[in-house]
Amino acid sequence: MALNKNSNAYTFIFAIVMVVIVGVALAFTSVSLKPLQEKNAVQKKMLSILASVGVEAERETSAELFEQYFAKRIAVNHEGEVIRESEGPIDPKDMEDPFNVDVQKEFRSTEMKPEDRSYPLYLAEIDGERISVIPLAGKGLWGPIWGYIALREDDNTIYGASFDHAGETPGLGAEISEQNFGDQFKGKTLYDESGNLVSITLEKTGASPDAPHAVDGITGGTITSKGVEEMIRRTMGVYSAYFEKENTELSSTQ
Amino acid sequence: MTDKATEVGEQEVRKEVLPREPLFSAKNRRLVTDPLGDDNPITIQVLGICSALAITVQVQQAVVMSLSVLFVMIAGSTMVSLLRNMIPSRIRIIVQLVVVASLVILISEVLKAYLPDIAERLSVFIGLIITNCIIMGRFEAFAMGNKPFPSALDATGNALGYAWILVVVSVVREVFGSGAISFPGVGQVTFIPESFFEAGYYNNNLMILPPAALLIIGVIIWVQRTRNPKLVEEA
Repeated sequence: MALNKNSNAYTFIFAIVMVVIVGVALAFTSVSLKPLQEKNAVQKKMLSILASVGVEAERETSAELFEQYFAKRIAVNHEGEVIRESEGPIDPKDMEDPFNVDVQKEFRSTEMKPEDRSYPLYLAEIDGERISVIPLAGKGLWGPIWGYIALREDDNTIYGASFDHAGETPGLGAEISEQNFGDQFKGKTLYDESGNLVSITLEKTGASPDAPHAVDGITGGTITSKGVEEMIRRTMGVYSAYFEKENTELSSTQ
Repeated sequence: MTDKATEVGEQEVRKEVLPREPLFSAKNRRLVTDPLGDDNPITIQVLGICSALAITVQVQQAVVMSLSVLFVMIAGSTMVSLLRNMIPSRIRIIVQLVVVASLVILISEVLKAYLPDIAERLSVFIGLIITNCIIMGRFEAFAMGNKPFPSALDATGNALGYAWILVVVSVVREVFGSGAISFPGVGQVTFIPESFFEAGYYNNNLMILPPAALLIIGVIIWVQRTRNPKLVEEA
């Protein structure tokens, strides 16, 4: 063969052609599978929110159950004022709908001004009690972590919580997505007796089940634990303004 | 040792001369059967251990993982073998890597779209198929120097050799760790009767943890070498 397969030119051409072919093939796959993957992501989000209020659901029933429990969705701004309310079925194309707000971006983007951010809140009725579910977004060791924390009517006691992650180490940081981890938060409180935000700490040495503001951290997952702690504290700082406003409104109307 | 080497060399030379080999000749069949037993990638070559420890908690996961590896190996081996005379030798490892990586990304995207729950539980391990030494090992050692059909057979053999170990380990782990095996569409099939639990039986929590896989693989290696002492390395 006239072609010199050890020449630099041949090597370069081979590499370029290979990369182009592979790139096109993968881009095509990614684009054609995107709608299905997005649908799965929405279902997963509903499942996580339902899990935070202790409702077990399957993928197929997630949308139905979500609508059944979460009649109302609102979004507040950084000062705690309600900027958007929506009810009924979720329109996946309506990016303003509180359900579709990308909290990872809204909460953590360094480019957005505080007044442009919107903070969603999902309100459920369970056994006659109003439960507010707050989305959380933060970072773990390897990538984003997120979660949902459900508060009882007093806006202080935790009704339930669920967490998830993109790529924490299996067996270590990834343990936050286990139901057992989220269940620890049940009954803990975010504010002390005088109403100051103390949030929840994850204790490396283990927390007593009676400790009002602490749960067990994850062994071998210190940075993920710190991330969980940080995202709860930071997010609650914003929502505190909303709860404060809401409570003063309530007391002034009574 | 020298005799053996020349013998192998002669065999290969003779293979080149032969005009046509039957599709499933004894040699081709051995490409599939050897890795199932005496040349098993996990128990003899000790490759691909990492994923064998991590994803054998449930039979479902092990099966999906095995099928993914089977697909990547067959498709990849065939491709590498077809390209073997075109691949510039200086970047051949990179080319092999690109072939594995793109197939693995393909699998990962498909799983995320069609089997999202399993994809989530397999988490990083689907991506880590790329680094599964069995795959790169067979590409470099076999597919680079053989025709597509034998390469595909060799890939099938090695992937199945990997798969059966995974499935055996996961069956043991799920039965003793969870008491029941869950099948998609069927639900949980109980293996340990309720009366056992009433009599004080507990699921073995060790079985859920990765070290259990190491113990089970150890037992498989032991059984295999006891049955065939030729496999035992000289101390």
